[in-house]
Amino acid sequence: MSVLATVRPDSWNFPLFLHVLGAMILVGGLVAGAAALAFARGDARILRLGFWSLMLVSFPGWILMRLAAQWIYSREGWDDVPDKLVPSWLGIGFLLADAGGLVLVITLIIGGIGVRRLQAGKGSGLLRATLVLSVVLLAAYVVAVWAMAGKPS
Amino acid sequence: MGFKEWMLALHVLAAFSLVAGSILFWVLVVAVRRIDTPDDTLRLGPVAKVGNVTIGVGMGGTIILGVYLAFALDGYAIWDGWILAAIVLWIVGAALGRQTGAAYMAGPKKALELKEAGQTGPSAELLAINRTSRGVLFHALTSAIVLLILIDMIWKPGA
Repeated sequence: MSVLATVRPDSWNFPLFLHVLGAMILVGGLVAGAAALAFARGDARILRLGFWSLMLVSFPGWILMRLAAQWIYSREGWDDVPDKLVPSWLGIGFLLADAGGLVLVITLIIGGIGVRRLQAGKGSGLLRATLVLSVVLLAAYVVAVWAMAGKPS
Repeated sequence: MGFKEWMLALHVLAAFSLVAGSILFWVLVVAVRRIDTPDDTLRLGPVAKVGNVTIGVGMGGTIILGVYLAFALDGYAIWDGWILAAIVLWIVGAALGRQTGAAYMAGPKKALELKEAGQTGPSAELLAINRTSRGVLFHALTSAIVLLILIDMIWKPGA
């Protein structure tokens, strides 16, 4: 249990803070975006609110989270550790961060097209797809947070 | 992963839930500033409920699991300065959050009154209530407290 209570070197704190803050902004934007898209009931204003939450909150959050992840990764010296010795929680975190980033970009592209179609009166089908992808991303990032915090293995 | 590691993971997830709710309310704070009709105001109600649930889970999870971890983990004690600071900040944040909620409940309340009176069009009074500067101030203060708790949890001053 003493591992849990270990105090890390001070020089790791700032990049870790930025990493966690970015991840929290990312998840917050996903929750806001998904909630707005889920409860819009066809209301164009709330559908747009959902999309822009993803674009202006989640995406910057992802960038901050990912850049700070790389910073703390090198600060902690994982760069010098052979891949096979890198713990699985770190692997899970990187996999979900990178794959999630790709899915987030796809989500934003689909959502952006969906908002344009909505303005043209062509329905909100693509924004429903955006909602589904947002919920999938949210679930993936919950797993990532669990893995980073609980550090299995 | 043992029981204590699970509790730590759930504690962190609760913190994410709390911040997610706070961010959701920032999105609503911005959105509601341009809303001047009762129907549009009330339509945001279900989205706000998601925020209430995430903040409730976050507040409950962080304090209950945080206090548990302070007792359960070797090297930490409930009377450690940074843990006491976090608890005090949590209490202040809860009080400020309650004020934020009260300020932003005035909008839907007024919207309901207007709707019941048959006034469904734009209302300057409703717009002014939705743009509550008191609500923005309290939400900004609550968010600042949450940020301070995060800083406290990462730097653990005095640990």
